[in-house]
Amino acid sequence: MSEQNKPEILKMEVEALSKNEEFARVAVAVFLARLNPTLEEVDDVKTAVSEAVTNAVIHGYQGKGGMIYLEVEVMDQEFTITIRDIGIGIPDIKQAMEPLYTTDPDGERTGMGFSFMEAFMDQVEVQSVPGEGTAVTMKKKISG
Amino acid sequence: MNQPHFTYEAEGNTLIVHLPEELDHHNCSGLKYETDIILSENYIRRILFDFSKTRFMDSSGLGILLNRYKQMALSGGTVAIYGAGAQALRILKMGGILKLMKLYDSKEAAVTG
Ligand SMILES: Nc1ncnc2c1ncn2[C@@H]1O[C@H](COP(=O)(O)OP(=O)(O)OP(=O)(O)O)[C@@H](O)[C@H]1O
Ligand SMILES: [Mg+2]
Repeated sequence: MSEQNKPEILKMEVEALSKNEEFARVAVAVFLARLNPTLEEVDDVKTAVSEAVTNAVIHGYQGKGGMIYLEVEVMDQEFTITIRDIGIGIPDIKQAMEPLYTTDPDGERTGMGFSFMEAFMDQVEVQSVPGEGTAVTMKKKISG
Repeated sequence: MNQPHFTYEAEGNTLIVHLPEELDHHNCSGLKYETDIILSENYIRRILFDFSKTRFMDSSGLGILLNRYKQMALSGGTVAIYGAGAQALRILKMGGILKLMKLYDSKEAAVTG
């Protein structure tokens, strides 16, 4: 049981390597467990985290590496996570978040990442400055 | 940990692709290259994706499936899926995959068609 009105916080930095995508979503799921989420809620959060971290690896740092900063806060069954990179940034956030929009050159991506984040979380907010990086903040109320 | 992420099995003109436990960007990296080789060297009319070991998939897995579908559709071939669990099913549904590929419960049912 989390104490009333006192947020619990997890901060992590991982290298932008594809093998850390699984590490990040699993670590966040372990932290989430203290809110007694349903299996479906765990899957929702894992999928959304995987999408944002993968985007930082592929798009933010363009596969060249860098650091990804994750900050999780839980308070009164409200789960909040921010996933930040200091990569290339997004010139048009609204367009980037449209379903099927992708800048992927080799045609293996579908442009569904942001759509999944929005479908699985209650709230998704993107802040980004070209040349400075991107921060994705997502919130979800956990039923407990 | 040098386990291959994908294993392949042929049943006549059908190629069965056994997917990994975690179908994400990291684990998807070799699939395009590997299937391109298999498809160019063999006469394949149908690809079956085996999800029975897969516990997690995200948009990277979706991209893999959609592109194999497009590739097969060009030559009049088909793609189907079996063994998908709850998490994968939600991604498949939301990604519109179930309109393009048949879904089977077991390998036997999928192979028979
Ligand atoms: N962290 C980021 N840094 C820079 N650009 C980004 C970042 N995240 C997303 N983008 C841009 O937004 C686009 C859409 O992202 P989204 O995750 O929806 O699709 P995708 O990654 O292209 O494909 P998919 O997620 O389906 O594999 C990307 O193609 C990219 O141009
Ligand atoms: Mg993405």
